[in-house]
Amino acid sequence: MKMEAKLETQSSKKLKTGADLLIQTLVDAEVDTIFGYPGGAVLPIYDALYRSEAPFQHILSRHEQGSIHAAEGYARVTGKPGVVIATSGPGATNLVTGITDAMMDSLPLVILTGQVGKSVIGTDAFQEADIIGITTPITKYNYQLSNIADMPRVIKEAFHIASTGRPGPVVIDIPKNISEVLTSDEYDSDFYLPGYQPTIKPNALQISKLAEALSHASRPLILAGAGVLFANASEELKALAEDYQIPVTTTLLGLGGFPGSNALSLGMAGMHGTYTANMAIQECDLLINIGARFDDRLTGNIKKFAPRAKVAHIDIDPAEIGKNIKTDIPVVGDAKEAINELINCTITVQSHSEWIEKLQKDKVNFPLWYERSDKLISPQWLIEQIDTITNGDAIVTTDVGQHQMWAAQFYNFNKPNKWVTSGGLGTMGFGFPAAIGAQLGRPNELVVAIVGDGGFQMTLQELSVIKQRNLPVKVIIVNNEALGMVRQWQESFYEERYSESLLSENPDFVKLAESYGIRGELVSSETDVPELLKDIFSYDGPVVVDCRVERLTAVNPMVVSGTGLDEMIGVKK
Amino acid sequence: MRRIITATVQNRSGVLNRITGMLSKRQFNIESISVGASDVEGISKMTFVVEISDSQKLEQLTKQLNKQIDVLKVSDITDNAIVARELALIKVSSNSQLRAEIQGVITPFRASVIDISKDSLIIQVTGKPEKVDALITLLRPYGIKDLTRTGVTAFTRGHQPEQQVTNINSFSII
Repeated sequence: MKMEAKLETQSSKKLKTGADLLIQTLVDAEVDTIFGYPGGAVLPIYDALYRSEAPFQHILSRHEQGSIHAAEGYARVTGKPGVVIATSGPGATNLVTGITDAMMDSLPLVILTGQVGKSVIGTDAFQEADIIGITTPITKYNYQLSNIADMPRVIKEAFHIASTGRPGPVVIDIPKNISEVLTSDEYDSDFYLPGYQPTIKPNALQISKLAEALSHASRPLILAGAGVLFANASEELKALAEDYQIPVTTTLLGLGGFPGSNALSLGMAGMHGTYTANMAIQECDLLINIGARFDDRLTGNIKKFAPRAKVAHIDIDPAEIGKNIKTDIPVVGDAKEAINELINCTITVQSHSEWIEKLQKDKVNFPLWYERSDKLISPQWLIEQIDTITNGDAIVTTDVGQHQMWAAQFYNFNKPNKWVTSGGLGTMGFGFPAAIGAQLGRPNELVVAIVGDGGFQMTLQELSVIKQRNLPVKVIIVNNEALGMVRQWQESFYEERYSESLLSENPDFVKLAESYGIRGELVSSETDVPELLKDIFSYDGPVVVDCRVERLTAVNPMVVSGTGLDEMIGVKK
Repeated sequence: MRRIITATVQNRSGVLNRITGMLSKRQFNIESISVGASDVEGISKMTFVVEISDSQKLEQLTKQLNKQIDVLKVSDITDNAIVARELALIKVSSNSQLRAEIQGVITPFRASVIDISKDSLIIQVTGKPEKVDALITLLRPYGIKDLTRTGVTAFTRGHQPEQQVTNINSFSII
């Protein structure tokens, strides 16, 4: 009897199906969290998951969009690839928004989609969709497995491609027969990608050109993008800026890459950036872009962008250099390596004190501003309160829109990888599930999802997940009963024709939270805010707070599309 | 400006789709693409002819192509000494009286008749696209019943003359 039992354990450890092999390769890839949703084509994988003793957790979302945004949040705060499983057809197509979002914001994801069996692919079988065709333009790479022997190699390749160079999403489509096929063999997982060799170390000649330009510049400026965060180069950036006294502005996604409270920080640049940062771009004579892609929301009218500047651009993706803005000094490479090499050049710089003094004056004379509402909560003030009470140390996630811009403007990001927002794609419904992923990735940190009443309603079914996992995510709904940014644009550019932008039939968010078994709070007067925030941030569990804010508040200042950064409107004078 | 760009690619599944998808997503105007195997197993060569507005767009095109994971090498060979060829099959209306006349038209182009039927001829021509265009123009009055072109395939000549080549080729790039 004893002997039999022993034999049984041994054989149960042997690989049995393609799905078992898949689980094993994920274990080998050191995956600790998987976000997913089962369905017909991935049933063998979920069965293998059930049988296995894999040391990772699986988080069941309530919609595949929830899975993938959670994986993005996880990837953003941990730097590790977020892993997602979805079934074929509708499961896979529900991921499309999140895949595109991750592609635009360079987040590493490995997405496993089920596919119908190989024998019926191409016959419009039940739940069949050409997910390879669908995701080709929105992935860094994608695969359809056709042979079980390729699986370990493909998965290893996928993790490598997703997380190196410029990070991005990789899809692996797995036909059901591949998960079901019996296999006990161990396959080679070595791979060779001769066409994919990201340049990490920058060209020395280009670095010396940049050093030379820096030595001649009297008004230099660093523009720091998310590339600084991906390269873990925040410390190096700080050293570079302080050593040579170069002021720093960041992009929306670069917030936290340079401490917002540092004297050299000018805050965020772009459409809703600070006057100081935007004017600095227009007046600088050397613009050093580190890991930003000159998005149109940053540049305004490109013909009027940085007219006096020699432009240097450090980026790991050579295709970004010169894509939107003509670049004088291109540097292809990892931000950390490039900054270190630049620091090592020991450059004799001119005095920038006049330049910095001017910018410091701008910071004082033209700060971000808002008018306090005398009745309802001012949304900007609410963000400032969150900043004060969390000591600027929370992980903050957002959707897209007014609340996102207020969070970017009035929360002071001093540390890297604490700001999770949908920049490139501008995805409503991103913030709340992303907070779930961020909390799972960094379980000991305070995670605050600042969402709009519109965006929250796109993915609020994920409340089940925070309840089920008792994740202490704090959801702050900046509730202005409108699609705020749409309404603001209608006010400014469509003569106040508020076409379909008002959400007067919002649900009772407190009752809604309570129906999920989660604490809900309503706050509508400023005097109650500080105490409530203190209370919820010390509460060990999830909370949804419906903050009724002043409805007609607009995001200011603004660079109207088509105008230059120096033509900002809504600047406090 | 019209450019000829070649790419050496790994023969992975979906590679052509991936590349043409990228080109259309980024609004590059493709005049022709030809793809075929190289002498190395698993490696194919692609030749693109693209109409491009400025040098910045051209730089983007080669960079975006290079960025593709399956792409091993990208070259813009427009300004080099190159050989570029295209093949076209042209079915022309004809009868016995016209055959000799058509033969007379195609001979200077070193084109050949590869099929004859009662009321038509099929002509095969290889060469630079301009030459193919010229022949088609000459044959059009006879009535073209069917026409197919392969798109240009090209590579650089074994010997690259120095200096002058760029100037000469900038006038006639194919």
